[in-house]
Amino acid sequence: MTVTTSAMPTPVAARADGKAEVVLRLAGITKRFGPLLANDSISLSLRAGEVLALLGENGAGKTTLMNILFGHYVADAGSIEAFGRPLPPGSPRAALQAGIGMVHQHFTLADNLSVLDNVAVGTERLWRPWSDRGTAKRRLLDLAGRFGLGVRPDALVGDLSVGERQRVEILKALFRDARILILDEPTAVLTPQESAGLFETLRKLTADGLAVVFISHKMNEVFAASDTVAVLRAGKLVATHATASTDREKLAELMVGRAVKPPSPAPLAPGEPVLALSAVTVKSDHGRPLLDAVDLTIRRHQVVGIAGVSGNGQTALADLVSGLIHPDAGHAALKGETVDRADPAAMVRRGVARIPEDRHSAGLVGAMAVWENLIAERYRDPAFSRLGVLRRGAARAYAHDVIDAFDVRCPGPDARTQLLSGGNMQKLILGRTLAHGPDLILASQPTRGLDVGAVSYVHGRLLEARAAGAGVLLISEDLDEILALADSIAVIHHGRLTPLLPHDRVSVRQLGLLMAGHWDILPEIVDAA
Amino acid sequence: MRLEPRNDTPLAVRLLAPVAAVVAALALCALLIAWTGAPVLRAYGLLIEGAVGSRFALTETLTRATPLILTGLAAAVAFRAKLWNIGAEGQLYMGALAAVVLGGGMLNLPSWLLIPAVMLAGMAAGGVTLLGPAVLKTRFGVDEVVTTLLLNFVVLLLVSMLLEGALKDPMGMGWPQSAPVDPAAELPKLVERTRLHAGLAVALGLAVLLWLIDTRTIWGYENRAVGANPRAAAFAGMPVSWIMLRTALLSGGLAGLAGASEVLGLKGYLTLDLSPGFGYSGIVVAMLAQLHPLGVVGAALFIAGIFVGADAMSRAMPVPNYIADVLVATSLLCMLVAGLLARYRLRRG
Repeated sequence: MTVTTSAMPTPVAARADGKAEVVLRLAGITKRFGPLLANDSISLSLRAGEVLALLGENGAGKTTLMNILFGHYVADAGSIEAFGRPLPPGSPRAALQAGIGMVHQHFTLADNLSVLDNVAVGTERLWRPWSDRGTAKRRLLDLAGRFGLGVRPDALVGDLSVGERQRVEILKALFRDARILILDEPTAVLTPQESAGLFETLRKLTADGLAVVFISHKMNEVFAASDTVAVLRAGKLVATHATASTDREKLAELMVGRAVKPPSPAPLAPGEPVLALSAVTVKSDHGRPLLDAVDLTIRRHQVVGIAGVSGNGQTALADLVSGLIHPDAGHAALKGETVDRADPAAMVRRGVARIPEDRHSAGLVGAMAVWENLIAERYRDPAFSRLGVLRRGAARAYAHDVIDAFDVRCPGPDARTQLLSGGNMQKLILGRTLAHGPDLILASQPTRGLDVGAVSYVHGRLLEARAAGAGVLLISEDLDEILALADSIAVIHHGRLTPLLPHDRVSVRQLGLLMAGHWDILPEIVDAA
Repeated sequence: MRLEPRNDTPLAVRLLAPVAAVVAALALCALLIAWTGAPVLRAYGLLIEGAVGSRFALTETLTRATPLILTGLAAAVAFRAKLWNIGAEGQLYMGALAAVVLGGGMLNLPSWLLIPAVMLAGMAAGGVTLLGPAVLKTRFGVDEVVTTLLLNFVVLLLVSMLLEGALKDPMGMGWPQSAPVDPAAELPKLVERTRLHAGLAVALGLAVLLWLIDTRTIWGYENRAVGANPRAAAFAGMPVSWIMLRTALLSGGLAGLAGASEVLGLKGYLTLDLSPGFGYSGIVVAMLAQLHPLGVVGAALFIAGIFVGADAMSRAMPVPNYIADVLVATSLLCMLVAGLLARYRLRRG
């Protein structure tokens, strides 16, 4: 199927026509972290009313650049000018005063305070014994109304949805009279509909003369929301284009440095079921359901994608299949045998390859050697230990083979794992789990934080395993990834899971609605299928 | 010039760090010695002579090092698994208590059976003492720093109560001390007419054994994984709680063995001054050794030498032997700083 962008608004007409005033000028920004050149002499300018998309892979230097702009880091070289005046380096306060506001990827809100308090905090004078909440509230409501950012000033931030929190963050910046707004990967946590709402807001802001810098690595958003696109690769600014004058393929090539092919799974007939969950309920320590009567069947030769906004039960589902938690009600079965009480070791023995969401903290022991991590799931196997004594030679030889087979770039089996790059760590985990012909693969956010090359490697390996007869449970917050790989898709919302929807019978718009909880549209999809 | 984190610390730097820390500590304490008006070099000369300058001095240092190796191993084993056992002092006294109870005539066995039996009982007593805090930690997340530290006082008060009551030696002229252990339970001397006893051989053997376990067996492999990243260890399928409890039994057992060895090898009976803080010094030993089992031997010898040497020095010149405590404490602080600096390199520009 084709990825429809019907949910996305059409781009604003380019306003970078040379007439609007330049509000921000970066000149020759250079920043080193040890041997890494994170920003290499980057020069950019931004005009009033312009939306600039900063496009680049993870690690290309986008966030570093914006952190320098906002004063979190001090550049090694280069200068910044805002509204014609030089901006003193290293001072977020100066950046705020100059009218620069930043919305971080991870929100900086206090859950236990109201929206109004979160917005107004830090804007009041320290020595005044009372606060002028009435005025602040009027100002907040006025801003919210003007830019279509509906919020309830007295609601607790802890009770808000992610989309609402983002609106509060934007209001916080506007409340401080920001005229330049920096958004760091703002859509990472939003449904397609919420993203569309955000772009609508951005349009209203720029119509009012604000300038917006928008960090992203997603192509369709660049086209949906930006006037100008600047592409960063490995710390260098490789191109700046008017968005309307460029296209996807060109941008992708600029971003990666070479042409990229999307994965193309061959159609395969699903085989016998490998994983069957029936009415599985898992409750949190406080009794809140994390998974609510989930039914799910995954067959051989089948990739099932779980789509959903982060925090809707994906972690519990992954932990369940990993063997870390057990159903409070309902049953889980692998190849027909019940695994209601199986621990991680039992899951591995039964042929489950588990790729954890967080490779640093759950997947690998960074302080240990590569070979030690490679045998972590099967060190009791007679191949690797005898009578409690490790067969270190055999383990190292095995590690050599896996390193070769999975193209892990490292100095050798004895290298410390934490020195590997994210992509190589993920290859290490793939090597540990996929080398043994698994029946079921749990891939939880398998490409989060990886560069495009590593992403396509991971996708290729997953599809190879599918062809070899494994069932794949793909949990991802990246809808494009699910659409590219999955044979069937289920949407998770508040711990509940929709039935499996064939990937060619469901649109992005429908998935977005399901992710936001509008399950009333389910009958039309299921009937059509 | 600025500091920059290293990716990998070379072996030479890791070996040099404790040496540099000790040199820095000696330099800092030289200021204190100079303050007393004593000549610094002569003071350190006397200290070294008092520690290793004669057959007597050497055996005294080795005798003093024996419990320090064991408590140092106890701390190293626990700290590697991120089990912060601050209670080695209490576990040591529990081990000593078990030794005087079982070795005081309760068991009637030949020497070759009695000694291992009593030593194992000492280990068991120490291990069980740490098991409680470890269970509380793994089951309920109770902070073991608090529980193990406070248990030290509970154990000392228990020992005090027993020495004033049930275990009081009727022949002890009213002193709060236990009856002496059965002569068959006493550890043989390693060198005639000195205080050096077989406990040293046991301690050295255990250090080597623990090093082999750590590097060669799946036990050591599991311990290192759990210590470095318990979440990843659990995800990979390792029984993390059981590994923690096992580590607690071993760590407490080593401290308990230190107590049993002091009773059976040196003192012969139990008093409340059996240990001048061996349990706490064990933490310093382990830190100086960077938690390496073989390094523990070297660090224990160093600290024992400081204490024994400082005693000799203070007899010859007007520098109180408290300088040993200051020196040991300063070494620990310097070691912590050195350990931090070893992870960075200095760069120009």
